Amino acid sequence: MSLITKFLSTLLHRREAGIAVMIVLLALVVGAIQPRFLTLETLRIIALAIPLILIAAMGQMMVLVARHVDLSIGSILAFSSIIAGIMFRDLPEVPIIISIIAAIACGAALGFVNGVIVTLFKLPSIIVTLGTLSLYRGLVFLVSGARQVDPQYIPRSLIEMSQTSPIFGIPWIVILAFVIALLTYFFLDHVRLGRQIYALGSNPVAAPLRGIKVVPLTILVFTMSGALAGLTGIIYASRFGYVNPGITGVGFEFTVIAAVVIGGVSINGGVGTVLGTVLGVILLGMVNVALPLLGVSAFWQDVIYGAVIVIALLIDKSVRDRSARALAAARSAA
Amino acid sequence: MTTRTETVKHTRDSADARPMWQVVLVRPEVMTFALLVGAFIIASNLSPFFSDAQFILESSTYYVEYSIIALVLTLVIISGEIDLSPAAMMALSACVFAALYQAGLPIGLAMIASLATGVLMGLFNGILVVVFKLPSIIVTIGTLTLYRGLAQVLAGDRSIGKFPQWFNGIDYRLILDVPVPVIVFVIISIVLAAILGTTVVGRQIYQVGTSEIASIHAGIRVRRIKLGLFVAMGVASSIGGLLTASRLASVRYDMATGGELQMVLMVMLGGTYIFGGRGSILGTFLASWLLVIIATGMTVANIAITAQLIVMGALLIISIIATNAIYARTQR
Repeated sequence: MSLITKFLSTLLHRREAGIAVMIVLLALVVGAIQPRFLTLETLRIIALAIPLILIAAMGQMMVLVARHVDLSIGSILAFSSIIAGIMFRDLPEVPIIISIIAAIACGAALGFVNGVIVTLFKLPSIIVTLGTLSLYRGLVFLVSGARQVDPQYIPRSLIEMSQTSPIFGIPWIVILAFVIALLTYFFLDHVRLGRQIYALGSNPVAAPLRGIKVVPLTILVFTMSGALAGLTGIIYASRFGYVNPGITGVGFEFTVIAAVVIGGVSINGGVGTVLGTVLGVILLGMVNVALPLLGVSAFWQDVIYGAVIVIALLIDKSVRDRSARALAAARSAA
Repeated sequence: MTTRTETVKHTRDSADARPMWQVVLVRPEVMTFALLVGAFIIASNLSPFFSDAQFILESSTYYVEYSIIALVLTLVIISGEIDLSPAAMMALSACVFAALYQAGLPIGLAMIASLATGVLMGLFNGILVVVFKLPSIIVTIGTLTLYRGLAQVLAGDRSIGKFPQWFNGIDYRLILDVPVPVIVFVIISIVLAAILGTTVVGRQIYQVGTSEIASIHAGIRVRRIKLGLFVAMGVASSIGGLLTASRLASVRYDMATGGELQMVLMVMLGGTYIFGGRGSILGTFLASWLLVIIATGMTVANIAITAQLIVMGALLIISIIATNAIYARTQR
C-alpha cells in the first residue's frame, strides 16, 4: 500500500471523517435544492447557532467520557443566566465582568453539587441530574420571582458580543466558543488530569488501581460541566437579549447530548474527541438552519434530534462491536 | 495473609439472621408508609379538606395517569432497565388519537389506533434495548425527543379537542364515589402486584434485575421478558395519554412535559432499587398517594408551583439515597 492510500485509509477510519463527510454532503444536497444555503449570510447564521451548543457540549463531552451523564445543564444555564440578568438589572454599578464571573461561579457550584451527590452516595448520575434538573429550575423561578429579565437591562456591550467582530466578520462569541474548544482539547489531550478522565471512563474499576483519585476527578468533571453551562447562560443572554425563567434552556440538554453523541463520543465512557464534538455541533447547527430554508416546519427539529441520537447510538454500538471483534481476532492470532 | 482473611470469611459465611422486627420494619415500603402518614397529618393540619377522603380522591385524578405508568415502570426498573420516554409516549399516542378522530375516524377506532401506537413505541424502545443491546437509560432519552417531536409534527402548536361529550371528563365519572381513573389505577396495581408476587414471570423479573447473566444461564428468556415490559410501558403510556385527553377534553403536543420526573419519583419513593432486582408494586402504590398529598398539599398551602419543582427534585434525590441506605443495611 502506498503511503498516500495508507494515509487516506487511516483518515477515513477515523470517526471524525464520517461526520465531516456528512457535513459536506448535507451542504451540497441542501445547497442544490436551495442555493441560498451556500451563501456567506447562511454561514454567518450557522456560525451564530454554534457557540451556545458548543460550549455546553465541551462540558457534556467530558462528563460522558467519564461515563456519566449530566441532564441538568439546561437548568444550570438558566440559573447562571438569570443570576447575571438580575445583577445587570438590580446592581448596575457592578462591572459587567463581575456579574459574568459570578454567573459562571454559580454554574460551577451547581455542577459541584451534582458531582458531590453522585460520588458521595454512589448514585447513577442520570437519576441524580434528572432530580437536579427540576430542583435547579425551581431555584431559577425562586430567585427571579418568576419574572423575566427584560432586554433593556442586558448591557449593550454584552449583546454586541454576538454582533460585532474583531476579525474577518467572525462574531466574538464564535471566537470565544472555539477558544474554549481549543482549551478543552489541550486539557484532555495534554494534561495528566485530562487523560485521567479517559482512563476513568474506559475502566472505572481499574482507574483507582492506577492511582487515579476517582471521587475528586468526577466532582471536577461535573463542576467543569456546570461552569461551561454557566458560561453558555451568559452567551444566551448575549445572543437573545433577555432571560426568561420558564423558557431559557428548557430541553437544552437533549440538543447538547444529540450533538455530543453525533460527534462520536461513546456513552460507555472513555471515547470521544473535541474535534468530533465540534463537527457534531456544526452538523446540528447546519440542520437547524437548513430546515426553514428547505421549507420544512420547525416542528420536525425534535424528530430529527431524536432520530439522530438513536442512529448515533446504533453507529457507536456497531463500531464498538467491530473493534472488539478485531481485538479478539488479534489476540487469538498472537 | 490471603488465607487468613479467607478463613475469617468462611466463619462469617452464615451471618446471624436478622431479628424478625428488622425484617418486617426496615424496608423501604415502611419508610414510604411512614412518610405517607406524616404527610397526611401535616396536610390535614394545613387544611381541613385533607380529612375528607373525597377531596383526596378528586385531587388524585391529576396524578393518577402518571401513577398508572409508574406501576409498569416499577417492573421495568426491577428488571434492571429504565424508560424515560413514557411522558413523550403519552403525548404522541394522545396526539395520534386526536388527529385520527379529527380526520373523521370513529372514536373507538381512534382509541385502538392510539393503543397500537403505544405498542409500537414500546416495541421500538424494546428492540433498541434488547436486540441492539443499547443502554436503555440513554436510548430512551433519544426516543423521548423523537416521540415528542413526532407529536409536535402531528399536532403542531394547536390543541385538538371537540371530542364527543361522553368521552370528556372521565375524572368526574364516579363508581361507588371513586373516580374511574382511580379505579383503573387500583385494578392495575392489584393485577401487577399479583403478577410480580405470585407468578413465575414475576419472580423471573426480579431475577433478571438481580443478575442478568445468571438468569440467562438459568434458562430465563431475558430478552422476551424485557421486550414485553417495554411494550407494556407503551400500552400504559397510551392509556395514560387517553385518560389525560379525556380529563382535559383536548390534546396538545406538550402534554405531560416533564412527567418522566414524577413517574421516576413515584417508583423511587416507593423504595424500588435503582440498580434493579428489588422493589414492589405496594411501594409505588403508596408513593403515588404520597405524591398526591404532597403536591395538592403544597397547592392548598399556596406554595407556588415553581417551588414544587424544587421539592420534587430534592425528594427524588433523597428517596434514592434513603432507599440505597436501607438496602445497604439489609444486604447480606
